Amino acid sequence: MTEETLVKITESQRCEPSGGLTGDMKLSRRCFVQIVGAGLLVTVMEGPSLGRGGGRGRASMTVAARVRLNTDGTFAVMTGKVEEGQGSRAQLTQAAAEELQVPADRVHLIMADTALVPDDGITAGSRTTPSTVPAVRQGAATARELLKGLAAKRWKLDGSTLKVQNGVITNAATKETISYTDLAKAGEVEELFQQGISSDVAVMNVSEWDVLGTSVPRPNGRDLVTGAHRYPSDIIRPNMLFGKILRPPSYGATLESIDLSSVADMKDVVVVRDGQFVGCAAATSFRAAQAVEALAKTASWKTVPHPSSKELFSHLKEHARTGDRSRPGNKVSVEKGLSEADKVLSATYEAAYIQHVPMEPRAAVAEWSGDKLTVWAGADWPQRVQRDLAGAFNIPAERVRAIVPDMGGGFGGKHSAEAAEEAARLAKAAGRPVSARWTRAEEFTWAYFRPAAVIECKAGLDANGRITAWDFATINPGGAAADTPYAIADKSIASVGTDSPLAQGPYRCLGATVNNFARESFMDELAAAAGADPLAFRLAHLDNPRIRRVLETVAKHFDWPARRKKVTAELGVGLACGTEKNSVVAACVEVEIDREQGGIKVREVCEAFECGPIQNPANLTSQVQGCIIMGLGGALSEEIQFENGKILNAGFSEYRVPRFSNVPKIDVHLIDNRDIPSAGGGETPIIAVAPAIGNAIFAATGVRIRSMPMRGLLLKQA
Amino acid sequence: MDATVIFTVNGQKTTVITDPRRSLLDVLREDLHLTGAKYGCGEGRCGACSVIMDGRRVLSCITPVGEANGKTIRTIEGLADGDSLHPVQEAFLEVGAMQCGYCASGMILTATALLERNPNPTDEEIVKEMNVNLCRCNGYTKILQAVRRAAEKIRR
Repeated sequence: MTEETLVKITESQRCEPSGGLTGDMKLSRRCFVQIVGAGLLVTVMEGPSLGRGGGRGRASMTVAARVRLNTDGTFAVMTGKVEEGQGSRAQLTQAAAEELQVPADRVHLIMADTALVPDDGITAGSRTTPSTVPAVRQGAATARELLKGLAAKRWKLDGSTLKVQNGVITNAATKETISYTDLAKAGEVEELFQQGISSDVAVMNVSEWDVLGTSVPRPNGRDLVTGAHRYPSDIIRPNMLFGKILRPPSYGATLESIDLSSVADMKDVVVVRDGQFVGCAAATSFRAAQAVEALAKTASWKTVPHPSSKELFSHLKEHARTGDRSRPGNKVSVEKGLSEADKVLSATYEAAYIQHVPMEPRAAVAEWSGDKLTVWAGADWPQRVQRDLAGAFNIPAERVRAIVPDMGGGFGGKHSAEAAEEAARLAKAAGRPVSARWTRAEEFTWAYFRPAAVIECKAGLDANGRITAWDFATINPGGAAADTPYAIADKSIASVGTDSPLAQGPYRCLGATVNNFARESFMDELAAAAGADPLAFRLAHLDNPRIRRVLETVAKHFDWPARRKKVTAELGVGLACGTEKNSVVAACVEVEIDREQGGIKVREVCEAFECGPIQNPANLTSQVQGCIIMGLGGALSEEIQFENGKILNAGFSEYRVPRFSNVPKIDVHLIDNRDIPSAGGGETPIIAVAPAIGNAIFAATGVRIRSMPMRGLLLKQA
Repeated sequence: MDATVIFTVNGQKTTVITDPRRSLLDVLREDLHLTGAKYGCGEGRCGACSVIMDGRRVLSCITPVGEANGKTIRTIEGLADGDSLHPVQEAFLEVGAMQCGYCASGMILTATALLERNPNPTDEEIVKEMNVNLCRCNGYTKILQAVRRAAEKIRR
């Protein structure tokens, strides 16, 4: 990973995609053929029709770039989004099927292949639901109207009088019907679909949904349970070799010398050195690793000093950029408000770096054909992979084809595709395809991390227990959910940059995981100072009707008032809420405390979540359940430890992620709010978990833990 | 120094001539192209590499292939009977017990080995047996549901 890459990632987490990033798409004038689904052959003719990609259904994109009608009446629908477990494959299939008025199984989604699909921007920031679903719906709705128009032309009448159901167009007056299959056979459709996607085409109203809003299962689910699906690390090409890369012994170390002749007798191994890059490719990954190990013994490195995790928080504070206060608020007025308050509280919260730990570490296969490169990579944005590789090898982007097979998890951690470039370098030298797959230790060390944080909170209460002034400065994690959703007239919110010792980037809900932890914990501190019930205190400061609704919903299902009364030193309850990415969440938890042993066990999590009209209830339930359990890890056990530029816990035995035995009773309440557009739901449900746990620990013990992960050890010492 | 290792994989007698220190996982994936078993950690702490060897679940990433000599191995590719899925696969599919699905084959094989030994496990027994298997989508709730449903199917 180069310095430039690190900087770029840091930047991207600061200005995380919120507008459905788009990019120019350049394609070679060729015809690609791909086998999709159950042996269906889809031919996508590239031509001027594909034009510019547009994540948000720009008028300049043709229908053909988004939707193709096959001669059997099924559709191929193209998207640049990737599937990594969040459910985009089912959801985008539903979006197209809804507008085309066909069952979901008549839509075959082609995802994340730069040769075949438009650029829908990066898969991140919960943007698939608010950006790509509408873009796909617009494209599919335009296709539907064009097909209706074709039928109308045949019947010589006005297309607006026609109805479509189950892929059959009906003339209500004459009861005549014509199916999409019939229209496809006539051969006019291809020409017709060269038209631009209409930006004002009518899409199905949420009250009319019959495919969206239902629990369509993952279209390729069968391939996942039979092992037939090929993840990026499973791709096998004829004559393929396996690659291993020589990694520096510590962050910032540079290679001074290495003796390549030490592996000269390993005739079956391809060895590549290009500046700092040293890698080997061989018929097995075992052999390639042997060669890299032999080379490593001859390498001499120049190392540089690097801060340790023990001094992380003071490092972040010391290097905080003063004057970098980019969020809304009025510092001067807040200072005045604080000086006039009845009570002033201040507290500093911290959060460690954590890893995304997707089950599938970074992996890619690269194959050169002359000066053309094809890669299969696990990464969040195929067009970025294409551009990055074109840049790395100094070739035009149209000579690079990047494909992202449905991959094994990401959680914001796979915006970069280092393995693709590594595989491509080795493949170029070997003259054969190469698969480069990171080990778990490499993923723990060389992938970027969720930012660590130091968050300084200060607030004033008046004599009635109302917050009158609010000062919140978050150092390092970015501004996600930094602003308070509570109605506080006088506030100052700052998101402050600093020097991050580790490469950092997006995470599931990014900095909101730590900003919301600080704010919701601090709200609890204020409630205690005001002598108020945490629920009542929040509601008293909340105008936002959506947050009020999830809070009230979760409190009712959890039976908050009664359970709050039953708190003991061993059993605590806590609650928290939050909003981010236009969705709202609230959680109640019960924790069991063993103070002598320093044990914290989460026994129950009840969560209410609302993200507008629910597009796929089963998938949304999975996402919320997953967020809750993933949230336990960051809350209680996950923490990257480092020293002298080395990660000290780069494996599952030292870095503890949630397991079956950690799974609490989980009670999820989804609110289907049909009055607003749908927002994404795969991230925000995580942000209420950690603060609710911290608040429950406080309720039981009176000890406020202000650092994530919240170690039970602190209870022993307190 | 290469060695000859002979074992049965999904009913097929297979001979591999290779360095016996290589992991069974690598040999299944790289030599036999049975990529259903996944690499997740290389230290036997995540269960993604689970296969069934002589009726017991083994973690193939920490099993040297030499140890598979003479053994009978089942991988996810050999679990279904032609087009008809194994009850555990069916249950996972019906419940939707996979998000990214990368852990699914290890989960399914671990559950299969458990249910063959104990077709009526308690939740505690399921958790104990499957605790080594990680799911980073954290879909544990539905996976547990799927294993319970699979147990019902098998008992029927």
